[in-house]
Amino acid sequence: MKQPVSGLLARCLPLAVVALCFSQSAEAHVEKGEAIGFLTGLRHPISGLDHVLAMISVGLWGAQLGAPAVWVLPVAFPMVMALGAMMGLMGIPLPGTEYGIAASMILLGAVVLLEVKPPLWVAGCLVAFFAIFHGHAHGTELPPGQNGLLYSMGFVCATGLLHGVGISIGLVHRWTWGQMFLRLAGAFTASMGVFFVWKAFA
Amino acid sequence: MKRARLIILAAAAAVLFLCPPPASAHLNSTGMGPVYDGLLHFLLSPEDIVPVVALALLAGLRGPEYGRRALLLLPASWFVGCFLGTMFQWAASWPVAAISFLVFGGLVAANAQLSLRTMTVLAALLGLVHGWMNGAGAAWSFSLFGTYAGLVGGVFVVVVLVSAFVIKLRPPWARIAVRVAGSWIVASGLLLLGWAARRG
Repeated sequence: MKQPVSGLLARCLPLAVVALCFSQSAEAHVEKGEAIGFLTGLRHPISGLDHVLAMISVGLWGAQLGAPAVWVLPVAFPMVMALGAMMGLMGIPLPGTEYGIAASMILLGAVVLLEVKPPLWVAGCLVAFFAIFHGHAHGTELPPGQNGLLYSMGFVCATGLLHGVGISIGLVHRWTWGQMFLRLAGAFTASMGVFFVWKAFA
Repeated sequence: MKRARLIILAAAAAVLFLCPPPASAHLNSTGMGPVYDGLLHFLLSPEDIVPVVALALLAGLRGPEYGRRALLLLPASWFVGCFLGTMFQWAASWPVAAISFLVFGGLVAANAQLSLRTMTVLAALLGLVHGWMNGAGAAWSFSLFGTYAGLVGGVFVVVVLVSAFVIKLRPPWARIAVRVAGSWIVASGLLLLGWAARRG
C-alpha cells in the first residue's frame, strides 16, 4: 500500500524533534550568564518536590471541580504567584514561607483527597493565598547575575506547565478507578506536606 | 521511489541537526548585514517579542478582521516609531515592556471584546512605543533602513504566524489555552515591574 507523503513526514518529525533536543548550545546573545536565566527559571519550580506536588495538585483539583475551575485556578495561580515573587524581588519579607509552602501541600492534597467542591471564589482564594508563598520563594532565590525577565518567564512557564500536567492527569476523573487514583494522589501530596512541615521545624 | 528519497533526506537532516555549529548570533561580528541584525535583535528580545505575540493572540481571538488590521498596522507603526526614536534620541525611564506585558496579556487573559477601532489604536501605540525604544539607542546611518526593515519584518512574520494559528483554533479548550498564555504574560509583566522597582 502506498503511504501518503504527509504520513511519512509526520513519522520523521518526532525523529527531528529528538535530534533537536540533543543539539549543542547556540551561544547566541552571550550576556555573561544572563542568557541562561530562562532555563534557571524553568528549572526552579521543578527542582523542589514541594513546588511540584502543590502545583500539580492545583491542576488535579481543577480537574475534579470541572469547568470553569479547571482553567480559572491555573490562571489565578501564576498571576498571584507573580505578586508574591515581586514582593520577594523587592526585598519585602514574608515570614514562614517554607511553612506556607508545606501547608499548601497539606491543604491542596486534602481537598483533592476529600474531593471538596466549594464555590469557585473560595477555591480561587485558597489557591491564590498559597500562590503568594510559592512566588515569594521563587523571587528571593534568583541566582546572582542572571536576567530577571527571562528567569521570571521561565518559572511562570514551568508553573503553568505543572498545572497542565495536573489537569492532564486529572482527566482520569471520568472513571471510577480514576477518581480513586486522584484521591490517593491527594493523600500522597498531603502526607508529603506533613513531611515538609516536619523538615521545616527540624 | 519518492518515499525512499524522503527517508534519505530525513535521515540526512537528522544527522545535520545532531551536529550543529555554534550560531554566533551577534551579527556585527558575522558580517551578514543590517537586515539580519535587525531581525535577530527583535527575535532575541523578549521585551519586544512577547507584547507582539500577545497582540497577535488578541487579534487571533477576535477574528480575521482584527488579525488583518494588526498585521498591517503594527509593523508600519513600529517602523515609524524606530525613526522617531532615532530622531529624538530619548528613551523613557519607565518600564515600557512591563506595562505592555500587563496591558496586552491582561486583554488576552480576559478575552476582551474590543472594537476594531480600539484594536487599531492599541496596535499603533504598541508599535510606536516599542519602535521608539528600539530606535532611541541607535545613531543615524544609512544602514539603519536595513536594520529597521529586518526588525519590522520580524514583527510582521510573528503577527502573521501567531494570529493565523489562533484564528484557526476552534475547540473551546484551545481558546482557553490561549487565554491561559495571556495570564502567563501578565504574570511575567508583574515580575518585570518588580525587577524595575528593585533596580530603582
